[in-house]
Amino acid sequence: MTKTTIPEEEFTYPGSTGCPGCGANLVMRYLLKGLGDRTVLSIPACCWAVMPGYWPSNCLKVPILYTAFEATGAGISGLRAAYDAKGVKDVTVVGFAGDGGTVDIGLQALSGAAERQTDAIYVMYDNEAYMNTGIQRSGATPWGAWTTTTPGGATKNYKHEPKKDIMAIMQAHGIPYAATVSVAHPEDFVKKAQKAKSLKGLRFIHALSPCPPGWRMSPQLTVEVARLAVDTHLFPLYEIDDGRLRITRKGKGTPVKEYLKIQGRFSHLDESQVDSIQKTVDERWAKLLKRESEGA
Amino acid sequence: MTKSYEEIPLTPISDSPSTMNMTGLWRAFRPVVDISRCKKCTLCWKFCPDGAITLVDGVPVIDLKYCKGCGICAQECSAECIVMVPEGAE
Repeated sequence: MTKTTIPEEEFTYPGSTGCPGCGANLVMRYLLKGLGDRTVLSIPACCWAVMPGYWPSNCLKVPILYTAFEATGAGISGLRAAYDAKGVKDVTVVGFAGDGGTVDIGLQALSGAAERQTDAIYVMYDNEAYMNTGIQRSGATPWGAWTTTTPGGATKNYKHEPKKDIMAIMQAHGIPYAATVSVAHPEDFVKKAQKAKSLKGLRFIHALSPCPPGWRMSPQLTVEVARLAVDTHLFPLYEIDDGRLRITRKGKGTPVKEYLKIQGRFSHLDESQVDSIQKTVDERWAKLLKRESEGA
Repeated sequence: MTKSYEEIPLTPISDSPSTMNMTGLWRAFRPVVDISRCKKCTLCWKFCPDGAITLVDGVPVIDLKYCKGCGICAQECSAECIVMVPEGAE
């Protein structure tokens, strides 16, 4: 037997209807490897609402409760209350929603669940737009990105607003655990999922989930682009355990240009715009390092 | 004939594994592994989004019934022993 670096047991079946090279498929695969089979998922309208397969098929070995787009937070609250009423203690309740269903449409239900300290894990797989419905911009779409609702052209109508900082929003709720994970670092991902499982209260996991059709890139680059996001410090890997921030992967400090140039959605950016993205990334990274060294 | 409400399931439930979906039919490029050069690093298995790769003694076995041909395995392979060939080619 060859030793593998992540648990070998699979909780997904092949045959999901995700696109070739889908990052969200990897997010689910690693998450369940960390959490195990005593897990129940609440999934709203998002890519993962269609990815388990056509009825009557399901690519997961754990149960799923589908909810409306805005109701993931309510779904996990209800599931938890039901398990508590039945006296079931060993089940991990997980909300699994996309970026639109988290930072835009699902924010109020999530905020309520966090405020009540619902005992559940909330995973946001962030593909940075409403990919399932045809790549419309969301609050999590980064500045300067092309989407079908920010189509550019002669008017240069690309996204003009920065990405919503969901990690800061969640920390403001005083939750016990929040972490960022990447599909390029599965060992780190599984470790954080296991840690989240061992804690109580609302735990939040932010996963960057590359989307080949939406990010306008070849499907074989999914893991490479996720790796570059970490190495360029654009998507740093860290965890906030009881208020204390710890960076779990420093990254190489590769220029952010390397991350942008393999994605068609950024192909229109000129040099000064790339420089301004680099500047923002550097500032955010410096702030993160400062916060880690201050132990807060 | 109309069914009584007692015969209708309360909610539609998916109860079959997705192995009934032959997603390998989507494929435009097929991964071909040169087993003799495999270093058993298991990276291809680790990064396959579809769980279409199983390990036999550390060497990948790709299930072409489900492989969608995304090419992540070929891109990530540390020994560069996986190549993507167009479907229909030898």
